[in-house]
Amino acid sequence: MIEIRDVQKIYNGSSAGALSGVSLNIARGDFVFLVGPSGAGKSTLIKLIFREIDPTSGKVFFNGRDMAGLRESELLKVRRKIGMVFQDFRLLRQKTVFENVAFALEVLGESPRAIRARVSLALERVGLAGKENSFPSRLSGGEQQRVGIARAIVKDPLVILADEPTGNVDRENSRRLMELFEDINRSGTTVIIATHAWDLVNGMKKRVVALEKGLIVRDEERGTYSHE
Amino acid sequence: MNSNSLRYCLRQSYISLWRNVWLVAVTAGIIAISLAMLGGFLLFAVNAGQAMRTIESTVDISVFLYDSADKEEVRRGLIALEGVESFVFVSKEDGLAEFSRSLGDRVPLSGLEGENNPLPDMYRVKVVRTDLVPVLAAEIQNIPGVESADYGEHLVGLLTRVTGWLNKIFIITGTLLALGAVFLIVTVIRLSVLTRQEEISVMKYLGASNWFIRFPFLMEGIVMGWTGTVAAALAVGLAYFRLAAFMQRETLAFFLQPVTHMPTLFSILATLLATGTAMGGLGSLISVRKYLKA
Repeated sequence: MIEIRDVQKIYNGSSAGALSGVSLNIARGDFVFLVGPSGAGKSTLIKLIFREIDPTSGKVFFNGRDMAGLRESELLKVRRKIGMVFQDFRLLRQKTVFENVAFALEVLGESPRAIRARVSLALERVGLAGKENSFPSRLSGGEQQRVGIARAIVKDPLVILADEPTGNVDRENSRRLMELFEDINRSGTTVIIATHAWDLVNGMKKRVVALEKGLIVRDEERGTYSHE
Repeated sequence: MNSNSLRYCLRQSYISLWRNVWLVAVTAGIIAISLAMLGGFLLFAVNAGQAMRTIESTVDISVFLYDSADKEEVRRGLIALEGVESFVFVSKEDGLAEFSRSLGDRVPLSGLEGENNPLPDMYRVKVVRTDLVPVLAAEIQNIPGVESADYGEHLVGLLTRVTGWLNKIFIITGTLLALGAVFLIVTVIRLSVLTRQEEISVMKYLGASNWFIRFPFLMEGIVMGWTGTVAAALAVGLAYFRLAAFMQRETLAFFLQPVTHMPTLFSILATLLATGTAMGGLGSLISVRKYLKA
């Protein structure tokens, strides 16, 4: 479903490449951890898949289509099939839990009735039923990230891209979030997570793609964070 | 964009306008002032045009002849012209007598009779339609023996020059004010964009189209433009109709009767509305293009 072909990315003003000739295939329904030290290129890879940035060279394909050749309307269609989850949650403070999740459907022009039904379902799925009217500031880090995940899954995406989703969450909540991602993946959604959380990666035995200095140094089914 | 999206965008515009209500009011006020100037200029222009036509229509064409002119040839020339209703010959003696009467014998004109009479022979020509006056005057000028064909063009020329200067002042002042208003709109929309920066970045991640993101800001600008236009139209309209009522009562100002032809006035209103909308839209677009790069 996602094919990254010999991609190089050099940011403006930087002499070294954030990614240097990376190739990767991710099939529908995969659960992939992108691991590696800071600056290895994990976030860059996530941004390339979402086409938040363009590669310096090489190509990124989504469902067989070259992302670079997409018109704006086509790119929007692709982006609507991708749910993003962020380390800092990116929730809107002035909106309630319900409104934050509903926002994902409002921007797509869904009817209020459909929004009510789908948001309730998504909140139930992430275990936040009953917290609809709370504001993000009244929630724990783990709960805030659940809102972020509900916002990502409410539009039934094909892929979830999560960049350090447990970076601001305690250990116990991190474990629960990973269970939630696993549950989402079981329903057929591809999940790609960039993370430093070695213990979670080791405990889940999923595909692990390890990056170092912009290169893929390891790609293992049922892998671990590191060989040590 | 479907009806749900449209509803959402309009709600966002409404919230944003309320959030910056004072700034919006000031901006709409500046737009109103610049549009009031534009409206005043347009009303002045149509009224000046009408006044000039009235003046032109009330004057006959005075055709002055050279001393050596063949009066009969000029007469035949006048008869041959289409659009001439009637004409009378005024000899230089009759002219002097008329001139003397018009001065009311306050100035002695003795000694100007006979060969000393400085006035030329003339024909006084009436035309069938007022708009033919300038054209016929030009044609009469070409008849051999005619020194000049005068229909009060000096007055009309003076009016044209004065109107031209006033128009320039209106246009320059109005344009400067309009630019100021557009700059203010850019500032207000920029504030609005900055307030919603976080929301906008999330919207992009959620797959919102650029137009979906931009539309509320565009609407904000247009609402400011419309508010300014309505205020300007009300102020100018009220002032104009009061002035018109006053002028209509003043029968002495018969040649300065104001234009009350509603289609003409509505076209001015439409021009104001279009300009106000364009100013609001332009200000928003500048802001949105600069601060909302996709």
